[in-house]
Amino acid sequence: MKRGMHIVVLAKVVPDPEGPPSSFEVDPAGRRVVARGIPPVINPFDENALEAAIRIKERARGTITLLSLGRNLSRAVILKAVASGADASVLVEDDSLDQALLDSRATAALLAAALRSLEPFDLLLCGRQASDSNAGVVGLGVARILGLPAVTFAQRVEVENGKVVVERVLSEGYEVVECSLPALVTVSGEVGDLRYPSLQAIRAAKELPQRVMKPQELGIDLPSPWVETVSLEPPRRERRCRLVEADSPAEAGEKLALLLREEKVL
Amino acid sequence: MGDIDREIMVIAEIDEEGTPTRLTLELLGLGRGLAPPEGGVSALVLGSGVEKACSELASRGAERVFFLDRPELTPYNPEVWTPLLEAFLRERSPALVLAGHTPLGQDLLPRLAFSLEAGLVTDCVGVRAREGGLLFTKPVYGGNALAGMRITTPLALATVRARVGEALPASGPGGELLPLDLDPPAEAGMAVRERHRLEASECPLEEARVVVSGGRGMGGEEGFKILRELARLLGGAVGASRPPVDAGWAPTTCQVGITGKVVAPDLYIAVAISGSSQHLSGMGDSGKIVAINRDPEAYIFQVSDYGVVGDWREVLPAFLSKVKELAAE
Ligand SMILES: Cc1cc2nc3c(=O)[nH]c(=O)nc-3n(C[C@H](O)[C@H](O)[C@H](O)COP(=O)(O)OP(=O)(O)OC[C@H]3O[C@@H](n4cnc5c(N)ncnc54)[C@H](O)[C@@H]3O)c2cc1C
Repeated sequence: MKRGMHIVVLAKVVPDPEGPPSSFEVDPAGRRVVARGIPPVINPFDENALEAAIRIKERARGTITLLSLGRNLSRAVILKAVASGADASVLVEDDSLDQALLDSRATAALLAAALRSLEPFDLLLCGRQASDSNAGVVGLGVARILGLPAVTFAQRVEVENGKVVVERVLSEGYEVVECSLPALVTVSGEVGDLRYPSLQAIRAAKELPQRVMKPQELGIDLPSPWVETVSLEPPRRERRCRLVEADSPAEAGEKLALLLREEKVL
Repeated sequence: MGDIDREIMVIAEIDEEGTPTRLTLELLGLGRGLAPPEGGVSALVLGSGVEKACSELASRGAERVFFLDRPELTPYNPEVWTPLLEAFLRERSPALVLAGHTPLGQDLLPRLAFSLEAGLVTDCVGVRAREGGLLFTKPVYGGNALAGMRITTPLALATVRARVGEALPASGPGGELLPLDLDPPAEAGMAVRERHRLEASECPLEEARVVVSGGRGMGGEEGFKILRELARLLGGAVGASRPPVDAGWAPTTCQVGITGKVVAPDLYIAVAISGSSQHLSGMGDSGKIVAINRDPEAYIFQVSDYGVVGDWREVLPAFLSKVKELAAE
């Protein structure tokens, strides 16, 4: 590849999943979760995907485009991600693209259409699943629509001799898979955290190309949803906890064993 | 009874010994509960050397077992499996396809959803028949909310967690075995080069009746030794929250949670784990939950049955020796 690789990373903006449970307010009537007092972030697994892309670029040269879709996408969040090592960003943005309500079919169709309008790419990376929808469907959907081979759950991604070589996480270990390019790879947390950009890089990133598109420009009709959310509830998980009282932690340990025996738990 | 008027198809997974996984049997049980009493549930088996598994599936609730036994089908390669399943499902036209929420199910079903234009709900913790169709429930926002979903397409797909359905006891002559007449594609864009098994824990986490898990507060690899000793003593397995896995104190295969394993043992002991939604989502259905944490405000206490506030370094050794003593009695 003379021109170097072109890698596109799909990145969803979500409420910070590490926010405390109390910040996720469930609105059953509106069938949506309202995030209170926590900042938006790039979906952590998409950050892992970006990190994997940056590592490939470091070895094989090339460019990285960050592609995001939604409504009111936080420029600060996008900028920080771009500054960590991407070369450009493309945003498909519109009031109608509410990340909390869009289904995977529409999202995948819009992303696939946006990808068709970009420079041809060699590799498409995204997180294994989004932390809000917890679905893990969109990446594979995009691959299917574009007719690309796809590999899921990468803990390591490398490009060798025009192929992508992926270590895939399995329940009891991992496997090594190779795949022709262009391809889609979904990335798992094991890849490692996204590097933190310097302030200088953040400043410089403001000058990098950013394109903002409307869904209407993509030349497709928004497909009707295949799945509908009909209810949304807070999880019920509180239990009544019996705390062991004792004069020392060691005594508490012993008493715990006795209590569990008494209660026939042990 | 809901609106299930056609067959429910369970995509079977077979372990290395050639037996169907427990989750597969649970899906047959779940399917039986949703389908009309007779003839509603079938299993679909792709693999090589699947004969034994097929007869077990037939006796554990599958009215029909469709199978394709070919060496090219193992190990699982989605580029080989997807076109076969696509062709079969298109012709057979079931109402619902169930797969486990496993690496295989999570990889395969989204592909099928898009090629068959079918709605899919992943990571289901419930599938119930209700007026007007099926209701699929799943955690969203890291387990901070539970969504109820409906699929609007004629074919519905779902990946389901462990312990949602109940395996049926083996019975009678069982269902029919039906070989499929399909040829795997000659070429695939992707190939599996090698497979690595990580040193397996003493007991598979998902099957364990007791799970002893450690969190970030274990402070290092060293801390997991006492957890392993306790797990061995109780005949259980060791689990972990995500930080110890990220830090390399415990293998990836130990992670419990929304992106790790889902467990529901009789007893779950959470040591130095704060109780994030992502973690709770993987163990919240355990029978009894015990928490040991030095922070009395830790959320884990609100979702536990028994708790000790204290440093595990002092609490656990005393607990362990008392358990040993009680076991010897
Ligand atoms: C997309 C995504 C997916 C995730 N998936 C998962 C998942 O599958 N599973 C998972 O577990 N997490 C997951 N997480 C991470 C999750 O959000 C939390 O960060 C994590 O569960 C916290 O782990 P912890 O409770 O061990 O650590 P902490 O929250 O840091 O808690 C440590 C606890 O240890 C206690 N402690 C410290 N020292 C001691 C001591 N000496 N004795 C006793 N107690 C002590 C502290 O009081 C504290 O309560 C995910 C996060 C994201 C963003």
